Amino acid sequence: MSTAPLRLVTGDDYGVKIDHASSVPLMNSEAQLKSTLAALAGVDAVGLEGRCAKLATRSIKKTTKLAAIDLAISMVDLTTLEGADTRGRVRSLCAKAMRPDPRDLTVPSVAAVCVYPDLVAEARSALGTSKVSVASVATAFPSGRASLKVKLLDVAEAVDAGADEIDMVIDRGAFLSGRLGEVFEEIAAVKEACRGAHLKVILETGELVTYDNVRRASWLAMLAGADFVKTSTGKVGVNATTPTALVMLEGVRDFAELTGKLVGVKVAGGIRTTKDALRYLVLVNETVGSSWLSPDRFRFGASSLLNDLLMQRLKRQRGAYVRADEFSGD
Amino acid sequence: MSEPRLDVRKTYKLLINGAFPRSESGRSYKVFTQSGEFLANVAQGSRKDLRDAVLAARGVQAKWWASSAYNRGQVIYRLAEMAESRRDELAVHVGAAEGLRAPEAFASVARAIDRIVWYAGWTDKITQVYGGANPVAGPFFNFSLPTPSGVVAVLASQESSLEGFVDAVLAPIAAGNTVVALASELRPTPAVLLGEMSATSDFPAGVLNIITGVTSELAPTLASHEEIDGIDLAGVGVDQASELNVIAAGSIKRVFRPRQNDTDPTRRLRAFIETSTVWHTIGQ
Repeated sequence: MSTAPLRLVTGDDYGVKIDHASSVPLMNSEAQLKSTLAALAGVDAVGLEGRCAKLATRSIKKTTKLAAIDLAISMVDLTTLEGADTRGRVRSLCAKAMRPDPRDLTVPSVAAVCVYPDLVAEARSALGTSKVSVASVATAFPSGRASLKVKLLDVAEAVDAGADEIDMVIDRGAFLSGRLGEVFEEIAAVKEACRGAHLKVILETGELVTYDNVRRASWLAMLAGADFVKTSTGKVGVNATTPTALVMLEGVRDFAELTGKLVGVKVAGGIRTTKDALRYLVLVNETVGSSWLSPDRFRFGASSLLNDLLMQRLKRQRGAYVRADEFSGD
Repeated sequence: MSEPRLDVRKTYKLLINGAFPRSESGRSYKVFTQSGEFLANVAQGSRKDLRDAVLAARGVQAKWWASSAYNRGQVIYRLAEMAESRRDELAVHVGAAEGLRAPEAFASVARAIDRIVWYAGWTDKITQVYGGANPVAGPFFNFSLPTPSGVVAVLASQESSLEGFVDAVLAPIAAGNTVVALASELRPTPAVLLGEMSATSDFPAGVLNIITGVTSELAPTLASHEEIDGIDLAGVGVDQASELNVIAAGSIKRVFRPRQNDTDPTRRLRAFIETSTVWHTIGQ
């Protein structure tokens, strides 16, 4: 099994040619994949956490803060992933995504709305011609416990309904038990099923246990064709943290150096305050540089974060602290 | 002969969301007794400390109001119990801060504790006394129900370090509000002690938050904060009060300023109450 050749993405199944950057190293076997990932340097966990703890001592003020808030708003994937989601809820979320603060037209719209596959069509029609994208979680989100066949159908339905971006979950069970080829093939197959839609690969770092695993999983996803690597589903106890985001950003940086392919990072789950968001932006700027400071390369998966960003923005304009209930709930 | 002991000096800290942090700003200031001797180093709160306190107060307000009036009374009564067992310490600080001799200081503390008990008794009577069933021309019940304003900022009396403080914070709390209080600038230690007692009185974290610091620096932030629904201006002079009134109007706050020699002790209790009217059909 471990020496079986990996099925590489060719696009044949859907008659679509997928143009892989030629410089991304091809993985011809699971053994090669394993040795590539095993060769990655280990993460210095103490140094990593120390570095991230120092972020809390930074202070970003005035016009810089205002610019960072607007940038962060434009990077939000406004998300609703509840069993109780309704069409009406998705519509109101879309309205908010396009005009986060209806009183102030200078507030940028968010990057995308993120919904379950069955609500993609609703979001698509609500967003109309706006430049807000529709992202959909697929592949048996959040656990990923379904057969590949079911996962691919899940993706195909979301894409058919008009999703521009697909957020897939990896099979953590397979990853943790060392069946890396399986994870690789699954990502490659989903990439193919995306038919041009952007693919974000959710590593669910809260279940990967170690930073070394986060680094390996990021590389695995990037080698298999991910356009974005994403921290978490938001459905387990441990969500995005700055240290895991830093590990992923370093992976993205090294991958770009090696291959020339620029992969994005999405942090999701538990990011609620402007302060948190600004810390991530500082990390991005210092790790991968300002070319990642764009919604094309960095995203926040969040819902309540948007209101806090709007609150801080309004506070700067008014010069007084603002009521939280001045903004619509979601 | 026993060994000489090292002094165990106490730091007087803020009370925010049930915890006792130093000021986020790292600042502190010295307070002195009436006779000019050093009394304590006290945390000098900042705007951000206020912001955190308001966040805590807002977060717990619905929970505080949702607990039964009987239960709120029990919690406030427990504060009186705590104060009673530490009345010696309170009396020392009230005496030092206000320049009172021991009997006067003890009398002041006793009055303050009695006031706490008085407010504890009010929690389940506010609705009875200030609510009502209104006669209407139709087959309906029509009730007026007093409900709390929400988050109340208190600029506590500058002179009366304990009695004034107790009145100003417990009136809104008894009515179901949560409070962010700015203690007397030059006489803050009795208020800080009361805050410590509140932490062992089953107050949910955030119901009572106490900031020490410079009143003129912090008052405008409280008056302008849109998340605050009412403000008690006991601790500022006439000039500053009118200035703060104007700022508070920007966010339509209820503003209360005690009258001199007021004989109605319930005025403050009623200051941060909103009346909601409920209609209900008869006989359904």
